[in-house]
Amino acid sequence: MTTLDISAPRSGAKRSGQRSNFELYSWLFMRISGIILVVLVLSHLVIMNLLDGGVQRINFAFVAGRWSSPFWQIWDLTMLWLAMLHGTNGMRTIINDYAERNQTRFWLKMALYTSSGFIILLGTLVIFTFDPNIG
Amino acid sequence: MSVITPIGTLYRGGEGMWTWVLHRITGVSVFFFLLVHVLDTALVRVSPEAYDLIIATYKTPIVNLLEVGLVGAVLYHALNGLRVILIDFWRRGPRYQRQMTWVIAAIWFALMLPGTYFMMKHTIEAMFGSTS
Repeated sequence: MTTLDISAPRSGAKRSGQRSNFELYSWLFMRISGIILVVLVLSHLVIMNLLDGGVQRINFAFVAGRWSSPFWQIWDLTMLWLAMLHGTNGMRTIINDYAERNQTRFWLKMALYTSSGFIILLGTLVIFTFDPNIG
Repeated sequence: MSVITPIGTLYRGGEGMWTWVLHRITGVSVFFFLLVHVLDTALVRVSPEAYDLIIATYKTPIVNLLEVGLVGAVLYHALNGLRVILIDFWRRGPRYQRQMTWVIAAIWFALMLPGTYFMMKHTIEAMFGSTS
């Protein structure tokens, strides 16, 4: 008599290890950082582009004046980190949506994480090591 | 005339789809600007001359126009982001998503009309002479 062996559904696709809640936290992060960024970025745009002559008055001395205050240093640092992480996570979602081959997805994300990491570190370094008396 | 929906696509049109499409386009655009913006600001660590030289390009008429586009993109992304949050967390959010689309459109135009004028004021005066 032959054995009637019906394999369990999806028997080939074992979930490896524990399931992670990463996508839930990333979803929540987009909303929380989004609300904070609305305040930080829209104020930044009004100050830089509208008030008192807008972009026409921006130069090295203007930046030096702003970063002499810890308030604007922390403001810009928070904005840099939140905007970069928010933007990188958004780009990650878009890559996952449109890049169909595993290899393509992998390399696009590597390029994304490398450039994001570089920009975040560079921006942080610039805020912390700014020297108004340079040059 | 009947509307033919192509087979094999998830895109169904309407406010829901187009706000989502615009959210992606504005998001990607702002992200790439942000990369460039951190790089140009990083020039303050090189020398005041290098920074001022690059910032001078931001003050030209064409880039001034691009700045208006950037502000418009950020403002849309911010307003629609708040709409998405309300759809997710507000009990009546999903029911009013369409009305909220027209509310954010109205807020966008109400802010962008005077905003564009004040952002372009210097460029307009430089190109066509001061009116005051």
